[in-house]
Amino acid sequence: MKLLTHNLLTSHVRGLRPGGGYPLGIQATEVKLSPVDFNAQFVARMVPKVQWAALLQAAQSLGHGSDLPPEPAPGYESDEDFLRRLHHVLLEVEVVEGILRCPDSGHEFPITKGIPNMLLAEEET
Amino acid sequence: MAGSGRRPEHRGPPELFYDAAEARKYTQNSRMIEIQTQMSQRAVELLGLAEDQPCFLLDVGCGSGLSGDYISEEGHYWVGMDISSAMLDVAVEREVEGDLLLADVGHGIPFRPGTFDGCISISAVQWLCNADKKTHSPPKRLYRFFSTLYSALARGSRAVLQLYPENSEQLELITAQAMKAGFTGGMVVDYPNSAKAKKFFLCLFVGASGVLPKGLGAECTDGEESRQAKFTNERTRFKNAKGKSAKKSRDWILEKKERRRRQGKEVRADTKYTGRKRRPHF
Repeated sequence: MKLLTHNLLTSHVRGLRPGGGYPLGIQATEVKLSPVDFNAQFVARMVPKVQWAALLQAAQSLGHGSDLPPEPAPGYESDEDFLRRLHHVLLEVEVVEGILRCPDSGHEFPITKGIPNMLLAEEET
Repeated sequence: MAGSGRRPEHRGPPELFYDAAEARKYTQNSRMIEIQTQMSQRAVELLGLAEDQPCFLLDVGCGSGLSGDYISEEGHYWVGMDISSAMLDVAVEREVEGDLLLADVGHGIPFRPGTFDGCISISAVQWLCNADKKTHSPPKRLYRFFSTLYSALARGSRAVLQLYPENSEQLELITAQAMKAGFTGGMVVDYPNSAKAKKFFLCLFVGASGVLPKGLGAECTDGEESRQAKFTNERTRFKNAKGKSAKKSRDWILEKKERRRRQGKEVRADTKYTGRKRRPHF
């Protein structure tokens, strides 16, 4: 699971207050780095979709938070250095084994072989 | 696809049908791969994405990643969801580029509003119409799927869902829940006159009401159209009280010749001599 996916993922357990399922806490036992071709246009387009505070928190918990500024600086679209660092954190850092935790309900979604298990029991849907 | 002529949804839930053996078939059966790739191509085409712009897409029922591979080839990034862990294991083996989630889309699409620039689904949505558990209500699951999908898509984007509806009631149920969830759009049918080639693509728009793309293979030549119009006129003459033409009458002969023409057989032209009463010595 890449950090880009994690940043956009929420818990869909029924009955949560709006926004109560985000962000999912990460507890990683295995993380890997996989090279991905850099595409500046794509990374720049994703910046508005990314929740920056959650990204920083997630990246730091995995030990990759030091490369990112506290906020994307205006004019980031043309700052290649920033985009490359963001590309690395969003697309090249992958959680292979671990757990995602829903903040409000406490439901745990295990991650195996890089795949989060988002299945819910019927009572939770 | 296993059991040709029978619908896989009748055999059981998808997570059991798509076991390791079935998943292996998907990677080895070249015909299956070809069909799935073609449908993925068509679905991405129907998405109407801006040219030369890498997008972030959702693949519903991504399975072993056949459709996802095509999305990657087109330069887009994607996340796939599937309920079968066996199929996802194959996707991991094949080292697909998209991120994968083990999930039941009938429980909803667990993403923040406006996440995706588009969504495709190949041969998956009809599985939502089956109640595999006592607690399942297909209309509820369909609505949960469509309403959360609607929210997870960016304004102005589309969802293109290729599916195999069992019958028109199922098609209506699916479309109704999609409209209830806020989508506009409709069904695009490719090759409507061919039993084998016919494909259904549910084309849904978020926000902006778009023009529904045309299905392939739906155009008629002028000759065909005039023949069709002619046939419609003739038809009203053919019916007697029982709704059938009297056997051997001129009407019956003309009807039979039309039937044979439609089957592609060589038929003599209709003239004033067709079905004319012959001299009694016959």
